Amino acid sequence: MKNNIKYLAILALGLVACEPEFDNPIEDAGTYSSGEADFSTYVALGNSLTAGFADGALYITGQENSYPNILSKQFAFAGGGDFTQPLMDDNTGGLLIPGTDPLSNRLVLAFDAMGNPGPKPFAGAAPTTSVANVLTGPFNNMGVPGARVYHLVSAAAGYGNIAGLATGQANPYFVRFASSPTAAIIDDAVAQNPTFFSLWIGNNDILGYATSGGIGKDHNVTGNLMAGTYSGDDITNNMVFAGAYNELVTKLAAGGTKGVLLNLPDVTSIPFFTTVPNNALVLDAATAASLTGFFQAVTGIVTAQVAGTGVPLAQAQALASQYAITFSAGANRFLIKTEVTPTNPLGFRQMTEQELLLLTIDRGALAQGYGSVMLTPEVLQVLGILQAGGTPTAAQGAMVIAAISAIDDKDALDSGELDAISTARTSFNATIAGLAAANNLALYDAASDLAQVADGGIAINGGVVTSQFVTGGGFSLDGVHPSPRGHAIVTNGILEAIKETYGVNLPAVDPSDFGTITLSNEVN
Amino acid sequence: MRKLLLLVLFVSVTAVTYAGGYRVSVQGQRAMAMGHTGVAVVNSAELVFFNPAGLVYLENKLNVSVGASAIFSDVIFQNEELGASAETDNSVGTPINLYVSYKLNDWMSVGLGVYTPYGSEVTWPTDWAGSHLVNNIDLSAIFIQPTVSFKLSEFLSIGGGPIYASGSVNFNRNANRTTTDLDGNRSNITVDDSGVSNWGWTVGAMFNFNDNLRLGFNYRSEITIESEDGEAIFANFPNSPGVPPNGATGFKAELPLPAELTVGLSYEYEKWLFAFDYNRQFWGVYESLDLTFENGAPPSINPRNYKNSSVYRFGLQYQATEKIALRAGYYRDETPVQPGFFAPETPRNSSDGFSGGLSFAVTSKLAIDASFFYLRFEEIDASYDFGTNSTGGTESFGGTYKSGAFAPGLGLTYKL
Repeated sequence: MKNNIKYLAILALGLVACEPEFDNPIEDAGTYSSGEADFSTYVALGNSLTAGFADGALYITGQENSYPNILSKQFAFAGGGDFTQPLMDDNTGGLLIPGTDPLSNRLVLAFDAMGNPGPKPFAGAAPTTSVANVLTGPFNNMGVPGARVYHLVSAAAGYGNIAGLATGQANPYFVRFASSPTAAIIDDAVAQNPTFFSLWIGNNDILGYATSGGIGKDHNVTGNLMAGTYSGDDITNNMVFAGAYNELVTKLAAGGTKGVLLNLPDVTSIPFFTTVPNNALVLDAATAASLTGFFQAVTGIVTAQVAGTGVPLAQAQALASQYAITFSAGANRFLIKTEVTPTNPLGFRQMTEQELLLLTIDRGALAQGYGSVMLTPEVLQVLGILQAGGTPTAAQGAMVIAAISAIDDKDALDSGELDAISTARTSFNATIAGLAAANNLALYDAASDLAQVADGGIAINGGVVTSQFVTGGGFSLDGVHPSPRGHAIVTNGILEAIKETYGVNLPAVDPSDFGTITLSNEVN
Repeated sequence: MRKLLLLVLFVSVTAVTYAGGYRVSVQGQRAMAMGHTGVAVVNSAELVFFNPAGLVYLENKLNVSVGASAIFSDVIFQNEELGASAETDNSVGTPINLYVSYKLNDWMSVGLGVYTPYGSEVTWPTDWAGSHLVNNIDLSAIFIQPTVSFKLSEFLSIGGGPIYASGSVNFNRNANRTTTDLDGNRSNITVDDSGVSNWGWTVGAMFNFNDNLRLGFNYRSEITIESEDGEAIFANFPNSPGVPPNGATGFKAELPLPAELTVGLSYEYEKWLFAFDYNRQFWGVYESLDLTFENGAPPSINPRNYKNSSVYRFGLQYQATEKIALRAGYYRDETPVQPGFFAPETPRNSSDGFSGGLSFAVTSKLAIDASFFYLRFEEIDASYDFGTNSTGGTESFGGTYKSGAFAPGLGLTYKL
């Protein structure tokens, strides 16, 4: 009896002394594991996506919400070490570059006097980060906004040389943290002896062309293999891409270092290309009828002009008939400029269903006739003459033709440009997948997830993330770069991929814990 | 030696009490030591709270009981899927009680009670994973209750009185999971109000079958704390007409302090006293915690959907010596929180309470009362599935919770 009481007393004291404790605390070893991977030194390479560039700028909270930084926090559950980033000095965005204008501030969502929201550059503070202030590294996040695949390789040494900024040979973001003016990104990365790496590069090799409306060159067509001669608006040659990418992977994976490669999403996944519909020409019945009449008039004028050059009438009519565009009440597709050729002497046509307009197009101008016709009173007067069966003068005919306001090449991606983009992307992604397989690296199909975001969305706690501009949650206000929530989705995708490849078991993140866009009315 | 061991056993093994929701059942040191039973125990002025009807059966003309406890509580949270974890850093809760009864004549006694039956003090780390539901909350109410008790016969008495309640609240949480100012500081709202008062009442009856067996009944009405003059402070919202302005504004909110019905019995046998109480707590009135703001910010609607709940209490007293009475108790406290409504501002699931204590008679008039309780919660996987996100969507927050609380208390009983 005495003994029993003693035991009871001890048990009771034990109970009382106890603070609450879980049966299986997540802090316990064994809850999570790094599998075959070693996260002690994780180095991330890439471009603006990796750097955490968002809202058209690089700023601290964007960097903190970059997928590599989020990922590093999950890695910390299974041996992940410190993760350093070349943080900017403020949340204003912008970057001071001696001898030239600063890079612009971040975009914020502002409400105008009518209460309509729209992105505007933040004007509440001036940028304080100077490119001349070179940080002491190394940094785990080596993402460099604007970088293309061939900017990372050893041969691109000097990409971080401040003296090269004026000539466009250097990148201000790499200048900030290059180990020396003659350093190359890949060499600075390898020097850190990473135990794990991620690589998401190649987006700009296509995107530069896409976001400039395809005004640059497609080097898969030109056959130019000299990357040094490429402009920022060009598509990188497939062989140049493969060669550079191969060098990066080979150097990073040397000695069996494990890592994850990310492939390249489609431009149609990005609000920059999907926000302004190509059929935003919304007409009432009367306007549609008068536009249809206008183009019948154009057809007549062209027929007369062509026939006037000695072409048989039937042939002239057939040629001119391409301009007999009809419009109906409701949504109609815009007109875009094409090359002036003998078969399309006026150099325009209506957009096809797949063709895209850029977010940066002047939407005010679209409402005023850009993309269709500037129907001035003078033009309408000529139309009246035509409708009454009269014959306009040559000058009047020229005035009608000049009223056509097709969309410039820089504001749209036409089907040829989309094909060029698609060809390059398919080739680049094949290279990435092939090198992942050849080096036993994990491959995250970011393209597939981002396509899902754009097409129906990805369900999260409390809602759905889509690529809808401003409201969808997946993208920042520049329409190209992900929001923190988008980065969280990418993080979860990478965790899935490395789970599959390396048996990693780590907690996911809840995308609903990550923000989307930032409101502020501190704008001009 | 045996006595000492017994003492250790009683004091340490038997801790227990508290109750679901934000009810804090620590209304008397002697009752607390016996699992917070008392509706049918005629022992001290603690009857002012437990059952005013019993006051007329107290032997002495003047009875005073004062006491205070220190509640040390701790809640831990983790979510294995997301790797999230947090632990509260609560300050010590200090429920107090003061009871006085005075026998005017053989058939009538009057009394006064001051006690703190409701409260909640939970402090999570700022910006923790559930910060959109609560960063910290400090809720308290003090009840002042004048009482009269009538002996209808040796067998039956009744009693009751009005209750004046005064409450205060300080509650901070983040606006939602994501809204920040330009520098990433989380937008948050603090509501603060004090001196919010209202009236209620209590009534009880006691039936004595014989000298040994008593039956008690007590009902305390619901009191609604309606906050109308408090201040809500909005902080770290971005500078935009799309969100509320930063700074102080008014708010309105209502919090019910639910009614409680207790029936129970006590049985005395030689040096032993056994007590059983059944509490029915009418939490069903706590449907939603809704806050409206004067600055035009959208109202904060927080469904609670509590259900009525029960507590089963068992207490034992042993008069060890003339001077020392030992007490022990156990109770089972069923949670009023329904699945899917588990909010971290009142993270209470069902619990088992173990209590113990003793009285030491310093003189024939004055005794020191000590009590102790330990509240054991089971680990629970729970969530709050009715949160509202920044775009109006319904979202969920949950994980594994485990709570613990223990509370030593001291009091004095004076009889004249």
